[in-house]
Amino acid sequence: MRVALFVTCLGDTVVPEAPKATVTVLERLGHEVVVPREQTCCGQLHLNSGYRDMARALAARFARVFAGFDAIVSPSSSCVGAVRELSPEVAPRVFELSEFLVTKLGVEDVGAAFPRRVTYHPTCHSLRVTRVGDAPARLLRAVRGLEQIELPRADECCGFGGTFAIKNAETSTAMLMDKCDAIEATGADVCTAVDGSCLLQIAGGLSRRRSHVRTVHLAEILAAT
Amino acid sequence: MTAFPAAARKELANRQLRSNLRNATDTIRAKRARVVDEVPDWEELREAGQAIKADVLANLGDYLVQFEAAVTAAGGQVHWARDAAEANAVVVDVARAHGVSEVVKVKSLTTDEIRLNEALAAAGVHALETDFAELILQLDGDWSSHILVPAIHRNRREIRDLFARTIAPDVASDDPAVLAEAARLYLRERFLAAKVGVSGANFGIAETGTVCVVESEGNGRMCTTLPTVLVTILGIEKLLPHFADLEVFLQLLPRSATGERMNPYTSLWTGVTSEDGPQELHIVLLDNRRTRVLRDDVGRQALHCIRCSACLNVCPVYSRTGGHAYGSVYPGPIGAILTPQLVGIENAPSLPYASTLCGACYEVCPVKIDIPKVLLHLRAKAVEATAPPGERLLMRVAAWTLATPRRLSLARRVAAQAQRPFVRRGVIRRLPRPIAKWTRSRDLKAIPRQSFRAWWESRG
Repeated sequence: MRVALFVTCLGDTVVPEAPKATVTVLERLGHEVVVPREQTCCGQLHLNSGYRDMARALAARFARVFAGFDAIVSPSSSCVGAVRELSPEVAPRVFELSEFLVTKLGVEDVGAAFPRRVTYHPTCHSLRVTRVGDAPARLLRAVRGLEQIELPRADECCGFGGTFAIKNAETSTAMLMDKCDAIEATGADVCTAVDGSCLLQIAGGLSRRRSHVRTVHLAEILAAT
Repeated sequence: MTAFPAAARKELANRQLRSNLRNATDTIRAKRARVVDEVPDWEELREAGQAIKADVLANLGDYLVQFEAAVTAAGGQVHWARDAAEANAVVVDVARAHGVSEVVKVKSLTTDEIRLNEALAAAGVHALETDFAELILQLDGDWSSHILVPAIHRNRREIRDLFARTIAPDVASDDPAVLAEAARLYLRERFLAAKVGVSGANFGIAETGTVCVVESEGNGRMCTTLPTVLVTILGIEKLLPHFADLEVFLQLLPRSATGERMNPYTSLWTGVTSEDGPQELHIVLLDNRRTRVLRDDVGRQALHCIRCSACLNVCPVYSRTGGHAYGSVYPGPIGAILTPQLVGIENAPSLPYASTLCGACYEVCPVKIDIPKVLLHLRAKAVEATAPPGERLLMRVAAWTLATPRRLSLARRVAAQAQRPFVRRGVIRRLPRPIAKWTRSRDLKAIPRQSFRAWWESRG
């Protein structure tokens, strides 16, 4: 299948590992990946901050850039959620990576190997907006050598919330510290998730605590062999 | 009103509060989940609750007139109050007409919203709160931090000390049963002596003129049956069209609120019944900007709220900050969308931002209020009304930058250069404003050397 990669602005600039790994996984499964050059941002930042008109302009641009593709895949559930909210004309063709693999393609074993103890944090938007369900857990189960450890209070927010992390920094930190406690209590080596933005927050917290736990995007685990 | 971030900062510093809250909200959450999971048609009940409330709001004028006629026909008196002052004046007049210096009160958010107790006090009338938690707060000059469990931020040792200082000098221990007994002894005499009772209401039935109060302690039953005069303040959005609609709401409310299949006391009264209960019934229909909320086709769903507080108990923000940070009688996610609409967005512009948009509230709401959607809607209004020029400029610059890949790449390169003095082993531990707040408690991954785009192009 010909798949258009929706890189996301954060994926392009700050966490390129996630979209790179997405390319690796999709190509390994025999799909042709194309990256529309003109793509930038879906408008989520502006939508969530209350700047609707600016969000709509970016969303309109997104819809134009991705108009010709049947399958648009992204390693970010919150960006996919924003596209579904802001760009209804492309919404039915946009998928978060794990959702695309499990629900659309019916693939759970992508041929990955990752011999680590991993705990999975289901991000809020993947759970309640994009609704990827247990797709990430199924994919992780099929990864060779990977030991999955359940995260206590998994469905609780990590405190990121976009500009919330700055506007309400203290509240965000209180949430983050509880999340880091829960992650460390699992004894896992790696915390994974399907959103680079939430992982940035969690990684920041863990790093400040000098934790031994690393954050790795789900796509990177699936790309590993 | 103090802005939420500053108010929250103060509350977050209180570790005792955080652990009290965490324990309490965890317990209620678990109970709720258990009794909701056992109802096979829970989703259908939510749909029904939402549909009934939407119908009420769409035809509110008709239902209110129908309600007034039914109450009047049953021997009650209906008063229409545009705002807090008009509603309070009705209660003050009734108290004066009967020459009382004290009224007994059922726990009511609506009366808190209009500051009825202060208005009565100014007229020389003491409003005695008879709900256990409300009594605690009143005795201590404190205020509610939770819709349903107003003293959730207090623990029992504090309550024992308070009772020892005030109503029960001999209180022996902080055992809940002992504390409850002390309050019971204190309240029972006041119930028997009270001539005027004051209540809010959970529901008013347009078809029959019936009013319904749902509670746990029985104090509500006392207040609405023992006094010879009863005044009920009813927010106009609390109407239901038909008596049979209670079937839906009396399933949704207790399970969502206290995690009980059924609440202990459900009191229903219709007008005046000769020689039984209050012989004089006043019902005050309160607007207090609700009709303004009604004009907003996205925001109006906040008026569907049945005050169960399930959204508070699952909210990761509320469970860290507690209710006082919201600066309103309506805290938590529902408060974040209701308060700005009731007081005007320009007076509470920080509340719609008191959320990570995690969506846990929407998932549990028994009448399916799409709280994240209303939060976004109100954020847009807050930006229109009060956005600081600096933020607006920053957002405009961001939008401009994100408008073409070339600008985005350029911005990335500039940022990658600018970060260099701050980067140590791939992370940034300290940043200047406006993002200094990020690095106060977290590290930030440095922008990597190569963008995704550059990597992709290098593959050829």
